[in-house]
Amino acid sequence: MIARPNPRLQATTSRLEGLTLPEGGSWARAARSAALARVEGMGLPVRRDEYWRFTDPQGLVTPEPMPAAPLPEEEAPAFAEVEALRLVFVDGRFDPQASDPLDLDGLEIERLADVADRDIHWAQGLYGVLESEGQNPVLRPLAALNSAFATDGIVIHVTGAVSRPVHLVYRHEAADSDAMLHHLVRVDAGASLTLLESGPAAARFNSVVEVDLAEGARLHHVRTQGRDHDRRTATHIFARLADEADFRSFTLTFNGVLTRNEAVVWLNGDRAVAHLAGAAVGDGDFHHDDTVFVTHAAESCESRQVFKKVLRNGATGVFQGKILVRAGAQKTDGYQLSQALLLDERSQFLAKPELEIYADDVKCSHGSTAGAIDETALFYLRSRGVPESDAKDLLTLAFLREALQEIPDARLAEDLAGRLEGWLARRR
Amino acid sequence: MLDIRNLHVELEEDAKPILKGLDLSVGAGQVHAIMGPNGSGKSTLSYVLAGRDGYTMTEGTAHLGDIDLLALEPEERAAAGLFLAFQYPVEIPGVGNMTFLRTALNAQRKARGQEEVSSADFLKLVRAKASSLKIDADMLKRPVNVGFSGGEKKRNEILQMAVLEPRMCILDETDSGLDVDAMRLVSEGVNALRDEGRAFLVITHYQRLLDHITPDVVHIMANGRIIRTGGPELAREVETNGYADILAEAQ
Repeated sequence: MIARPNPRLQATTSRLEGLTLPEGGSWARAARSAALARVEGMGLPVRRDEYWRFTDPQGLVTPEPMPAAPLPEEEAPAFAEVEALRLVFVDGRFDPQASDPLDLDGLEIERLADVADRDIHWAQGLYGVLESEGQNPVLRPLAALNSAFATDGIVIHVTGAVSRPVHLVYRHEAADSDAMLHHLVRVDAGASLTLLESGPAAARFNSVVEVDLAEGARLHHVRTQGRDHDRRTATHIFARLADEADFRSFTLTFNGVLTRNEAVVWLNGDRAVAHLAGAAVGDGDFHHDDTVFVTHAAESCESRQVFKKVLRNGATGVFQGKILVRAGAQKTDGYQLSQALLLDERSQFLAKPELEIYADDVKCSHGSTAGAIDETALFYLRSRGVPESDAKDLLTLAFLREALQEIPDARLAEDLAGRLEGWLARRR
Repeated sequence: MLDIRNLHVELEEDAKPILKGLDLSVGAGQVHAIMGPNGSGKSTLSYVLAGRDGYTMTEGTAHLGDIDLLALEPEERAAAGLFLAFQYPVEIPGVGNMTFLRTALNAQRKARGQEEVSSADFLKLVRAKASSLKIDADMLKRPVNVGFSGGEKKRNEILQMAVLEPRMCILDETDSGLDVDAMRLVSEGVNALRDEGRAFLVITHYQRLLDHITPDVVHIMANGRIIRTGGPELAREVETNGYADILAEAQ
């Protein structure tokens, strides 16, 4: 009997061959081995997987990354005006010289590389824990791969009032860099933090952020994923919310040949709130995938998803968004919107909105649309003297603004709006 | 100012002729009104002059001064001083009214080789024009025409006209959907802009508007052509007798 080649097994074996489990203290070793066992158990994703039907994971799982040229530094970095604790990663490696000291009132902040060397640390209760939980009901092997092999990242424990945001700055310098970062954010009851991420990070970037919010804790997360085009990125955010916790996450993506942003959120405490939003703009072989899974497991929680994409010259956008309302999660308020603006007929938007509801007193709505630019509005603007290309940019930005409005801090929203405006103008 | 000769236009989609040899000449400082039954081609005329897609010009010319309008893009016509107040002003969610106005004004100025207007000067300019049209700060902040009432939309059109200061203004059924008070506000806005260097073409179904904006010349349009031209009394004649007599006479 001749064995049929098994693409998943092949991909998994050849990827794992080139990797060694990092050293570390006992808890880290245990967590990484468990994660590796998960990867081996489920295997890396292949195209025929239902969850990867619209996005080919190939570029994310090959042993070596496809080279990606870094963008020459030609613009002010994102959030440059925002006073923050800046921590710089170059091709996925923490750069202490370029970073502010790891010191900020109201929080404990450490490098994962240091934390992992200890034998005892609170991180043990979070590292890989939410990722592991997030493997059910849908497998997320790239996140488990990250838990097994990531050596760097930031571990934050917010205990009180924090005076400024933490800004993780990701620089991409080497054309063949293959980065994995794993961050932990734990926010104590009533405390709050704004976490910013910016930059392309590497030619290939795999990131996991695990977020644990206690009662009434808040995390505002805003990130922008850079402007270079050839990079491949897979990100996962896992967030667990206790009573009245509040989690807002926004992602801006401009260009990128392959981006898969997954968010997995559990509303485990009553009256918790989670808002997830994103705006993406791309051209040609741009492929951008937002995959979201929100679980309502408690009463009177609110979740919102607002994702917008502008696609042109044959670009592809994907949205897979699910709201799961468990039995007993009464008074749930769930909202989901995914929209694409298609600037030509070759571009495509593939959307799979899903609601799964086991409680009877809930309010859930979802909408998904794909459409061209509004010709009537375009003519109206032109009839007032606005040149066609400017008018299109204005309408494009207007389309994306609805997503930007999800950012609670107007300053950050304006920073990103201005950036988008500049990018749109430059593209011509 | 506006000089249209033997203009023939058909719908691009099915080659249906709409304008069939239209002649019209509006001098600087004048207000001309065009009246006519539904389907006579009045709105088509306004769209064709403003440069909307979907029409084919098969014959004739249209000039603004010595500029060949039909050869220009819509934005170039605007920069040359043409303005169309829409019958149905368009809602543009996500674009603030102020941003829209400033972008339009500066784009026109840039096209004419003029300096852009600073934010402060622009704000001052708009506030002054807006207050006379009873447009409040909230309306200026909101997205273009979104959530505006019919009257607010029409006042917003006049505000744009006042800010952009075109030399040729076309008003396409600006009176439709207006109550008496709104009609008065809009008409006052238009009258305030009347001067020797500026001309108006007012398209309307009703004489009512012409009580407020007194025209120098009234044209009756039917079946794609001007079939009769007269003074303000022509509008009153239509109001009393309808179009039937004029149409019969023209045949």
